[in-house]
Parts: sequence; structure tokens; C-alpha cells
Amino acid sequence: MKENPTTEETAPLPIEMAGVDIGAMLDPDFIVLKDIKWSVAAGEFWVVGAPQSSGKSDFLMTTAGLIPPVAGCYKFFGRETRIFDESRLDDRLRAGFVFERAELFHYLTVAENVSLPLRYHKNLETGEAAKAIDELLELAELKPLADVTPENLPQSWQKRAALARALVMQPEILMADNPLGALDARHSFWWLRFLDELVRGHPWLGKKPMTVVATTDDFRPWRGSHRQFALLKDKRFMIIGSWNDVLSSEEPLVKELLSEPIRDAVEPPKSH
Amino acid sequence: MLQRAPLPRTYTDFLGRKLFLFLLTAEGIAAFALITLGVIFKKLNVASNVIHPMIRYEISRAGVRLLPMFLFVAFVLGFLVIGQTVSVAAQYGAVNYIGAVMVTVIIRELGPLLAAVLALARVGAAYVIELGTARASGEVEALEASGVDPVHYLIMPRVIGITLGVFSLTVYLILASVGSGYLCVFLQDVPLTPGDYFAELAGSLSAMDFALLALKACLFGFFIGIVTCYHGLAQPLRVEDVSRRAIRATSQCIIVCVLIDAFFFLFYLAP
Repeated sequence: MKENPTTEETAPLPIEMAGVDIGAMLDPDFIVLKDIKWSVAAGEFWVVGAPQSSGKSDFLMTTAGLIPPVAGCYKFFGRETRIFDESRLDDRLRAGFVFERAELFHYLTVAENVSLPLRYHKNLETGEAAKAIDELLELAELKPLADVTPENLPQSWQKRAALARALVMQPEILMADNPLGALDARHSFWWLRFLDELVRGHPWLGKKPMTVVATTDDFRPWRGSHRQFALLKDKRFMIIGSWNDVLSSEEPLVKELLSEPIRDAVEPPKSH
Repeated sequence: MLQRAPLPRTYTDFLGRKLFLFLLTAEGIAAFALITLGVIFKKLNVASNVIHPMIRYEISRAGVRLLPMFLFVAFVLGFLVIGQTVSVAAQYGAVNYIGAVMVTVIIRELGPLLAAVLALARVGAAYVIELGTARASGEVEALEASGVDPVHYLIMPRVIGITLGVFSLTVYLILASVGSGYLCVFLQDVPLTPGDYFAELAGSLSAMDFALLALKACLFGFFIGIVTCYHGLAQPLRVEDVSRRAIRATSQCIIVCVLIDAFFFLFYLAP
């Protein structure tokens, strides 16, 4: 395993964790991850892998300030953070969050879901937010589905709507909980391309590079030299490094997340 | 995760546990009520373009839309109460007390309580289910992640809506009951002119009645909103817990309303 890369930038890092313990959302007394030491520099693209039910969502929700860490020091853009209460609204809006199951508001249409944070924080009428929302829906290819309610949408489109909602306040960091989970190849490709555009600097964000943290239970779609990888295993946070480090890792769980056991089981052994 | 202890073996243990749980719930509801009041006073005009239409919608939902049902119930209520009163009072030549009975039974007691129970059945139970489902499906966390205060966005409009709704419906229910009460008097050939009937009503009412009626109806509505929203939103829950929470919230709302009613009764006992 590699040491966590450090940066010498004077600007505070978006994420710094030292000795952080994370509890489960439904049962904070149950520790899902212990002693996390991790930092994320601006513009980095992190992929955190773990099998299902390993605490990925709890980890990401703690990182997003939705549930407080049980112990340790967590700094978000240089400020120690437990949970983003009312006084930390500005910090809250620096992070966009995409839930694994999208979690759209079921009584609102796609357009209303996407526009709600913008209208709420800027106190806009529906019409006043329409231009920005149209642009964002266009980016996510959701324009034809603008007036559809979430229960009438496939999960893949719900996730795109959740992404658009997370981006509407033009955050600096995006946290996406297993964004490729349950997506077909076409949607997965779209997501990977769009997330890469965000990291490079998307026009929607004024071409400012975005920091992205995504979780996954399958490393394979995430191959790419510009991404950094980490692993949640046995309640520990383990930094792996680049994609090459992932490929050369002897860690059994990394191999599992590369589906090597499945490939070995499916492919017949080569004859000599 | 809080685990329920096994059922106690003795009645005293059982009662003790129930009392302890009651106190815990009462503490939670009181804290939730204070938080909600704080948000109402502090953020009533925050994000007004989003929140005010929701408040108007909730007032319509807990008030205007229930009006036809309330008018029907009020009509029947006035008819039944006065019908029964007349049948007894006529035997003793005490028809002059019809106004006093109307004031005591409907204006002071039955009207506000019935309005509260009907609003609870039609709207309060729906609050628990809506909020509980939103909580269980992660929508509340999604609001928090978007920086939208769930108490401001989800609770405040509902609590204001049902408070004003119950107050308005109580007034309409009482007015309609009083009207249908006279219709009953008229149909039973009781020698009572409309002027005498309303004079009796006015004579039995005091300024205190109006003040207590308004306060009681508002408190019923407020606490129905608070208790139902508390059970729907205040604690993490799973989808399978929602129906149980709805039942518990409904029972607790009725208990709270009856306790408030009993508290107000003390004012009427005072000389």
C-alpha cells in the first residue's frame, strides 16, 4: 500500500481525516470504519471500493457531513467538521451528494427535484430558476423527462436527476455513492465521461476543476490513470494508489473488486 | 440501535416501563415542538417563494378540502345534540336551556374535539405516512445534503397548515351545528323563535368562551401537527415501521387532545 500523497498547496484541502471512526447511520454505536487517515486535494478523483454492506454509504455520508464521525478529526476545507448544521450552510453547499438510490423527492417532478435547492437557497420563483434548470437538464439529457415523477423513471435516469440536483448549486466537490451501481453500459459510460469532464473543469462549473469522490463495489469500470483508489476492508480505510497500483495489488479484496475470482471461475484454464 | 427489553413479568415492572417510555416520548415531543416553534419564528419568511406556497397548500389540505365533510358532520351533530336535548327538555318544560346545552356541549367541548379528531384522521395520519416514508427512503437525508432544512421545508408548513385548519374548521363546525340545531328545533315544533334561540346562545356565551375556544382549537391543531410530524420525521425508521408509527402517533394525538381538553376544563370550573 502507498502512503497518502500529500500536497504543498497553501489552500486548505477539501478533505482531511485523521484517526476518524465512522458509525453506521441507523446505529451510530456500531463502528463501520476505524482510524481513517486520508486527505483529498482539490481536483482529485478518488474511487473508494468495497463490497456491499461494508460501510461505503456511511463513509461517504460522514464525509459529506450528513452523519457525525464517532471519533477523530475531520476537516472539510480546513475547518473541523462533525456535521453540517445551520451555521455551516456555506460549507454544506460546497459539496454535492448523489445517493446510491438517487433519493429523489417522490412528489416532485424531475425538474422540480433539480430546481428545489436552487429555488430554496436563492428564494426564486419556478420561472426564475427555469433557465438554469433547463441548461442542467440538457447536460444530463433529462430535458424530455423534466415533467416526469421519479417513480415513473428507471433507476438509471433517477440517478442522473440526482446528479443534476447535486450540481445545481455548483459545488466544489462531488460525492457519489456507487454511481455506477445497477446501470447498464450506456449509462455507465455516460457517467464516467461526465465525471471526467467535471474533474477537468466543466462549463457548468465555470471550468473550475471539481473534486470527485465516488464509491464502488466494482473497480473495473473505473480504470484510468487520473483516478486514485482506496479500499474499505475489515473496518479499515486502505489507500491503494493509481490504477496501475490496483492492477499490481496482491490484496485479495482488490482482486475481488476486479472480479478476478469470477473471471477465473468462468474462464476455462488455458491448456499448456 | 435501541433494543426493546423482553416483556416484564410483573404488572409494576410493566407499568414502570410504560411510564418510562411515556416520559421519553413526552420529552422528545416537547423538544420537537420547541424546535419547530423556533423555526416558525425564525424562518417564516426564509425562502418564501418555496415555503409560502407550501403553507397555502397545507392550509387548503387541512382546512378547505375537509370543509364538505365537516359541514355534513356539523349538520348531523347539531341535529343529534338538539334533537336529544329537546326530547328530554320538552318533558320538563326546560326548552329555555337549549342554548346553554348547545354552548356547553358543542362550542366548549364537542366542537373543538371532534374537529381535531376528524382532522387527525384525514390529515394527521397522512402526515406520519408521508414523512415516515420520506424518512425511510432517504429523502430527508437528501434534503439535508442539499442544505434544505427538513423542519423548515417539511414540518413548518404542515404544522401551520393543520393549526389554522383545525381552528377554521372548528369555527365552521360550530356555526353549522348551531344552524342545524335550530333547524331541529324548528322541525320539532318547539316554541322557540330564531331570536330567542340566538339570544339564549349569546346569553350562555362569554368573552372567555371565544378566547378559550380559539386557543384550544389552535393547540389541538398544533399538537396534532407536532406529534404526527415527530413520529414521521424525528427518528430514523424503516418502511416496515411506518404503519406502527402511524398507529402510535394517532393514539398519542388523541391522548394529547383529551389532556389539553381536560386542562381547559379547569378554566370553566373556575368561579
